[in-house]
Amino acid sequence: MATSKVRGLALFCAALAAAASGAAFALEWNLQPAASPIARDIHDLHEYIMLLVAVIFVGVFGVMFYAVYAHRKDKGHKPAKFHESTTVEVVWTIIPALILVVIAWPTTRVVLAQKDTSGPDLTIKVTGYQWKWGYEYLKGEGEGIQFVSRLATPREQIEGKAPKGEHYLLEVDHELVVPVGKKVRILTTAADVIHAWWIPALGVKQDAIPGFIRDTWFRADRTGVFRGQCAELCGKEHGFMPAVVRVVSQEDYTKWVAEKKKALAAAADDPARPWTLEELKARGEKVYAANCVACHQANGRGTPPAFPPLDGSALVLGPEAKVVDVVLNGVVRDGKPTAMAAFGKQLNDVEIAAVITFARNNWGNRTGEAVQPAAVKALRK
Amino acid sequence: MSTVAEHAHGHSADHHGGYSGVMRWITTTNHKDIGTLYLWFSFVMFLVGGVMALVMRAELFAPGLQVVAPDFFNQMITMHGLIMVFGAIMPAFVGFANWQIPMMIGAPDMAFARLNNWSFWLLPFAGALLILSFFMPGGAPGVGWTLYAPLTLQMGIGMDLTIFAVHILGMSSILGSINIITTILNMRAPGMTLMKMPLFCWTWLITAYLLVAAMPVLAGAVTMTLTDRHFGTTFFNAAGGGDPVLYQHIFWFFGHPEVYIIALPAFGVISQVIPAFSRKPLFGYTSMVYATAAIAILSFIVWAHHMYTVGMPVEGQLFFMYATTLIAVPTGVKVFNWVATMWRGSLSFETPMLFALGFLFLFTMGGFTGLVLSLAPIDIQLHDTYYVVAHFHYVMAIGAVFAGFAGVYFWLPKWTGRMYDERLGKWHFWLSTIFVNMTFFVQHFLGLAGMPRRIPDYPLMFETWNKISSIGAFGFGLAQILFLYIVLKAIRSGEKAPERPWEGADSLEWTHLPTPVPYHSFETRPVLK
Repeated sequence: MATSKVRGLALFCAALAAAASGAAFALEWNLQPAASPIARDIHDLHEYIMLLVAVIFVGVFGVMFYAVYAHRKDKGHKPAKFHESTTVEVVWTIIPALILVVIAWPTTRVVLAQKDTSGPDLTIKVTGYQWKWGYEYLKGEGEGIQFVSRLATPREQIEGKAPKGEHYLLEVDHELVVPVGKKVRILTTAADVIHAWWIPALGVKQDAIPGFIRDTWFRADRTGVFRGQCAELCGKEHGFMPAVVRVVSQEDYTKWVAEKKKALAAAADDPARPWTLEELKARGEKVYAANCVACHQANGRGTPPAFPPLDGSALVLGPEAKVVDVVLNGVVRDGKPTAMAAFGKQLNDVEIAAVITFARNNWGNRTGEAVQPAAVKALRK
Repeated sequence: MSTVAEHAHGHSADHHGGYSGVMRWITTTNHKDIGTLYLWFSFVMFLVGGVMALVMRAELFAPGLQVVAPDFFNQMITMHGLIMVFGAIMPAFVGFANWQIPMMIGAPDMAFARLNNWSFWLLPFAGALLILSFFMPGGAPGVGWTLYAPLTLQMGIGMDLTIFAVHILGMSSILGSINIITTILNMRAPGMTLMKMPLFCWTWLITAYLLVAAMPVLAGAVTMTLTDRHFGTTFFNAAGGGDPVLYQHIFWFFGHPEVYIIALPAFGVISQVIPAFSRKPLFGYTSMVYATAAIAILSFIVWAHHMYTVGMPVEGQLFFMYATTLIAVPTGVKVFNWVATMWRGSLSFETPMLFALGFLFLFTMGGFTGLVLSLAPIDIQLHDTYYVVAHFHYVMAIGAVFAGFAGVYFWLPKWTGRMYDERLGKWHFWLSTIFVNMTFFVQHFLGLAGMPRRIPDYPLMFETWNKISSIGAFGFGLAQILFLYIVLKAIRSGEKAPERPWEGADSLEWTHLPTPVPYHSFETRPVLK
């Protein structure tokens, strides 16, 4: 028995060492460093509970292992006869109950603080889409700014065709930028299924529920970039929708707001002017890479039957109005939405026209025709 | 009551009914045959669900997508959960109940023998539906075993097969439970009062009530999903006045008692094994019964602790938090009682006892992380991370599996009349213990550091722990092949078991029945003083 225990331990250590030597990365084993008062409260609470748990663990298993060591048959220990003791049983019912009261006090304080979303300096609406986050600055400095934030890690890194970068799966094209030290209230909702917006270092996680608005808040106490991921299973690309928050100084934030507003105005696509086929194809390739490639694949062949091919598809090559309708409104079968989501609210007219033009003039598809943004605009309901 | 006993009297002790071969098993109404069917079925499902877990661990061995596509990964997480919970663990303990309850209370068989046959034979059909869903267009549902709306509305026909499978599984559980309740309440031998029953029977009596109360709620939840999918209802769709969170409330009203449906019979097995190898009666029998009942009752008022992040009002958050922490009290009583049973006993460490101690360790670890997770602020950080995966695998998944192993090694001599190979049994224990902790202990760290669950690919900082976890999972999987070998070897060529292989075991099946037990246990009812 004793030798097999030692052998087991040695085996375990050997396996650990073998596994550890294979990977050069730091062994993360605790909560991420806190960057907000709530996150710090969570840390403290966790440490306090772990300490308590460690004491109970040592107590219970100390007694058990002493019995395992001393009260053995092979040592000739004769069994005692007792099988109950009201005093002992009452004591070990009441003491744990008292410990719970001691735990409840500091915990309740944190719950109340966590739930207090009143008096924010900045209010931002976060919308979960399959599979990206939409941000909309509703109130406070930067009001009116809105953008969509998608995974920026290239497909090649995920598929192992390129070396993985430092922030693999934790990088986005447009980060959420907020000022340091300000109370930021986050309203969450979703367009399709339930998602959960989570930034571990800030101590916030809130489900985003379609059709409802929920809220949470944080106040970052240092600048930096804080990264998290969607925490509620939301379908195929659930593992690929990070949320990234960049906390900056007040001056930098004001600067960012001005730049962002200018950039948004400049980038506003003009659906009224006619666009050339080449312009639309080039733009469409980008839109496709950001929105379509996960399901319909880079080669346009999809992964049937769930995600049909676009290459050679009768629908894609068919009447323009029908294709525009599918992209704008999604595919609804028997009254329920399918995996083909409605992109009408996420993409503007130019982007939709561009991506359709791209799909109709790429791979084996050769219509040679451009879908004009004006036509998309006309088909919007 | 007495008519059942007299009826059983008419048969000879080793009579297998009218059929032999396969038909014996299809038509059997014998509690031992049906117990055996349950146990083998659950072991097959354990291997099927285990292979699915290994597919996931293979994909998670390194960052990037190598083995399976993300949507297939999601199908794996769903089916691994459903198959392990409903196909492996629950039927395993129903198998124990079938074998043991009549023998432990001095009854000839279960109360409803034909119903018993049907309760079992529903299961293979449900299992087949679950497997069949993989071959439907779009594959099996990729929504997680919790089947959260509205993601379920996006799935293909595999979702409908899964819903029907859940219906059938629920039906099987309810019928089995009615049978167990009736047997225990009506068929105890004269003198066997409720408070004299072996604790295993008590835990199953309470579990059976939990099943009868909770399974219809799950059936309701999946039926609402079905009508939302096909018949235009909008229970879970805000656009039609519904609420996706309603699904979660209904699901967890079933789901939390379900945790105890799995855990309580495990407590029962452990409460038989520890006294037997301590050669000392169970400490605090009465408080064990009360603690079991308290856990069962509390399990119905804590469901929303699975939902701290949906955005409940602060009052709800606090109520569910306080109620949840309360469960620590009766659970603590149980652990203290087990340790006190060992205290000043005369301990020996055959394989069943080793697995019981393994259970005690795993369950206590899971209980501690449960206490951590019960606190809403910490849970908000850890919800839907690998910390939760580690927690529930410790407390109910492998905890229950270890209790199952303890039970099989403990009763195998009684069931088959043959001993297992003690040396190999110990190997099985140590390999399982080492690899299972290697698999799941490191997942606590992953969760704390911020790795979400149910993802097929992960950021680079999580690589090392994932590698260790994957190696552990494959080791644990291989160790179970050894278990199969040990059981088969015992059945085919094990040494003949003595009448009472465990000197400390004192329930009726050990004291009043020969080894191996005859086909019909108590043709005349034992009388207890």
